[in-house]
Amino acid sequence: MTELTASPRLKGWHRLLAFLAVATTVVGSIIGLFVVPPDAMQGNVQRLMYLHVPAAWLAFLAFFIVFVMAVLYLIQRDPRWDMIAAGSAEIGVLFTALTLILGSLWGKPIWGVWWTWDPRLTTTAILLVIYVGYLAVRSFAADPERRARWSAVVGIVGFADVPIVYLSVTWWRSLHQPPSSPMSMAPSMLWTLMLNVVAFTLLFGYLLVRKYQVAVAERALEDREAMR
Amino acid sequence: MEVWLRTWAILWKDILIEVRTKGTFNAMAFFAALILFIFSFAIGPDFDLLRRIAAGLLWVGITFTGLLALARTYHSEELAGGLEALLLYPGEPRAIFLGKLVGNLAVLLLVEVILYPVAAVLFHMDLTGKILPVAGIAFLGTLGFSVIGTFYAALTLHLRAREVMLPLLVLPLLVPVLLGAVSATAALVDPAAAGGVAGWVRLLIAFDVLYFVVCTWTFPVLLER
Repeated sequence: MTELTASPRLKGWHRLLAFLAVATTVVGSIIGLFVVPPDAMQGNVQRLMYLHVPAAWLAFLAFFIVFVMAVLYLIQRDPRWDMIAAGSAEIGVLFTALTLILGSLWGKPIWGVWWTWDPRLTTTAILLVIYVGYLAVRSFAADPERRARWSAVVGIVGFADVPIVYLSVTWWRSLHQPPSSPMSMAPSMLWTLMLNVVAFTLLFGYLLVRKYQVAVAERALEDREAMR
Repeated sequence: MEVWLRTWAILWKDILIEVRTKGTFNAMAFFAALILFIFSFAIGPDFDLLRRIAAGLLWVGITFTGLLALARTYHSEELAGGLEALLLYPGEPRAIFLGKLVGNLAVLLLVEVILYPVAAVLFHMDLTGKILPVAGIAFLGTLGFSVIGTFYAALTLHLRAREVMLPLLVLPLLVPVLLGAVSATAALVDPAAAGGVAGWVRLLIAFDVLYFVVCTWTFPVLLER
């Protein structure tokens, strides 16, 4: 049983991380929902930004970690890098989807449409599809070593595509309209946003630790079944 | 030098197989033309509309046909463990990638030689005097398509549900190639289309060079046992 409760040495500080993540998320949400005044132009809908921007930040952070872990895996062939990459990709896909859904909810009352071919929207959507492909490769490869190798390659090639996609989509749309510019923000709004970014990042760290532990446990189970 | 000899050997083997078995290329070219034909029905006989979206329709046709060709990239090696035998030969495994890449590129370019005139007729594209630049853009786009496709065809070779996985993985990555090829072709062919060609050509070249290097470099990782 002992090897199934993976990496017991993480236990002490992952509890602290969990507490910090939940505490900052709760405080950030309360401030974002009730304390900070609503936007003068957009009203309460603007409060979605406090979730939307941190979610988008997490998506990019998660995929960057996938890329770094993939490179490390191909160099060192240590299965731990692969497990971190897998967990990070799953969380990244979740938060990319969340970013798009929240943006859509905001876009309907403000822009009048659920979806528009804005460069950032389009790039985020393509990002989502690339990493859904990454997860699909993982689920369709049975052998753990091959799964790690192939998905590492997909993680590297996919990440390299992101800047080119953004550039091409910007040019494509620049024929029609300039990309929406970030608006200047009131200090209280900026602080709330920063707090939520910190909260989401802590949440990400906690989720990643848990995903990693699950992956280690699953790997141990796979090895046991293979030995039987 | 040795790498190029091996690349040529792989390519020549595939050309011989294709010439002797016949069929695949003809069917593929026919399929491509058929797609363009079907588009005309789906969109209707509005000349101005067809001319405006001709480049897009053409590249959707190339993409679909290309996916068919890519899925067959390692077909001859799959039978009777041919890939294992190829890998047993000492020397550079990247030659397999390069040989297959040139093969896919050649097949697609040949299909396009048939497809462009068909599109010009069906969609009223005016190609007179622009054949060289249009062909150059077709080459750059097809090269990017083939690099990504040949690479991912090897990756999905031993994957379950690979018929779905290949397009699923390849299409999102190809967005810049498709945008570049369609926009540049449209800018050349349709006088009403706005936008320059030079920027898109640079983008296509950057994409091709980047992925040629990345894919050639990481290809051996895909074939490790």
